[in-house]
Amino acid sequence: MDCENCGERKAQVTLTEIEDNDMRTVNLCSTCATLKGVSIGGGAPPVADLLSQLGGKGGDAVLDAAGEVCEYCGTGDADFRKAGRLGCPQCYAQFRPQLGALLRRVHGSSQHIGKVYVSTMPETDPDDVRLTALQRRLERAVEIEDFESAADLRDEIHALTEAG
Amino acid sequence: MTGRGRSDPPIADQGLAWIEEEGPEGEIVVSSRVRLARNIQGYSFTSHATGGEREALFEKARAAAASSGVLGDVDVWAIPGLNRLDRALLLERRLVSRELIAGPGGDARRGTGLALAHTRALGLMVNEEDHLRLQALRSGFQLEAAWRDVDQLDEEIGARLPYAFHQEFGFLTSCPTNVGTGLRASVFIHLPGLVLTGQIRKVLEGMGQLGVTYRGLYGEGSKIVGNFFQISNQTTLGKTEEDLIDQLEVLVGRVIGYEKQARSVLLREAPNVLEDKVWRAYGLLRHARSLPFEEMMNLLSGVRLGVSLKLLDTPRVDAISRIMIRAQTAHLARAAGRRLDEADADEFRAKYVRSALTRVDAT
Repeated sequence: MDCENCGERKAQVTLTEIEDNDMRTVNLCSTCATLKGVSIGGGAPPVADLLSQLGGKGGDAVLDAAGEVCEYCGTGDADFRKAGRLGCPQCYAQFRPQLGALLRRVHGSSQHIGKVYVSTMPETDPDDVRLTALQRRLERAVEIEDFESAADLRDEIHALTEAG
Repeated sequence: MTGRGRSDPPIADQGLAWIEEEGPEGEIVVSSRVRLARNIQGYSFTSHATGGEREALFEKARAAAASSGVLGDVDVWAIPGLNRLDRALLLERRLVSRELIAGPGGDARRGTGLALAHTRALGLMVNEEDHLRLQALRSGFQLEAAWRDVDQLDEEIGARLPYAFHQEFGFLTSCPTNVGTGLRASVFIHLPGLVLTGQIRKVLEGMGQLGVTYRGLYGEGSKIVGNFFQISNQTTLGKTEEDLIDQLEVLVGRVIGYEKQARSVLLREAPNVLEDKVWRAYGLLRHARSLPFEEMMNLLSGVRLGVSLKLLDTPRVDAISRIMIRAQTAHLARAAGRRLDEADADEFRAKYVRSALTRVDAT
């Protein structure tokens, strides 16, 4: 079913409105639902909403304007704006300033004050972590048959192991 | 005490213990849930991980769940190994999300799983949007108790698996809307009084300004039927877990107060109309020969209101919750022992509801 408001996107939300004891329902896509003030999805603002606040598709970069990608998982600004998801925990360290600003807009704060977690894992050598990450990215690139990226990753792995 | 893990056991009544009791404020609040999003160091988030990585993570989660004392005897399912009916049963019990059982391609992704305490609605989803989604479900208005359950589980799992945690941002999640505490607390609440008196929009809009959001029955994009709403916190960062729980509790407490007021106004101003509506709903449920799910939910809403206002003697609200779960299509299909198309399901549902109401009337 198409959205009854824009007629363009697929309807994902049935909005029930009650006005003067009259109840009517309208089927909306998530974007139009957001515009009508309905929040869907995990209780959080929909990602589309989140990103439209930040310029949205074709708008300003959220993570990085210079095309920088996470050195561990390869996620960059375009991936983030498309899916609204980060690639790995290291993305938070890599894009710390940009995410800090984003989180302040979304949550009103970027500082966690809840439970503190102390890791049970011993510290690992950053180069080892990076190497594992590159190997994972290579595996993933092969899985999705992105052979161009796979070749680049092989080079990076080679350079890192040579240097070590 | 250490529990034991059963792998891929048949799905019987796991995760349904909570509907056997009527919790606090049970006439208005059906259930309370607290969920924590957690990810494991050294792995890409689920959406970026390979099938092999997800499966490795599932095995780690399985082992951690099996050695958990708070879970006790635990059942663990690999979602890809479950048939369509079993997956739907778990979904109808709200133990898994739609995203977990039907990933981007429509089928469950490799490595997706569910671990669930054998005797209570406490467990964890594996490889949903985040590596782990720890969750506790309780009957009635029991957010604090649900938080304590899931907090204990979190301590145990976090001691066995290294969580991804950042000094500034807290527990790291795939979507930045969940980062920090990773905590989402929600109540499933029945608000017919506010709907009938035309105040619901005002109340819901007011909540939106206080960092709280609402939606329909089964999570993402689901519609509101039967005057049942799910109310949850919207932000997860910058407040402690206890504050998030407290604030939601205070706000829901206020909504409960408004709902009670609205119900007494209805009873005072329009007793005959209300009584008629309630009895009509009851009559239809007792005698209908075909009941679509939505119609049943709307009728159960009327009966639930009638029982709470003492216009009807039976059924008790916990019996209504049981009908709401067991009269869903997958549960009916399991009871029927065969696949049901829509028309079949509606007939089967009517039959089930008739017999369930006859049973409670007889007791």
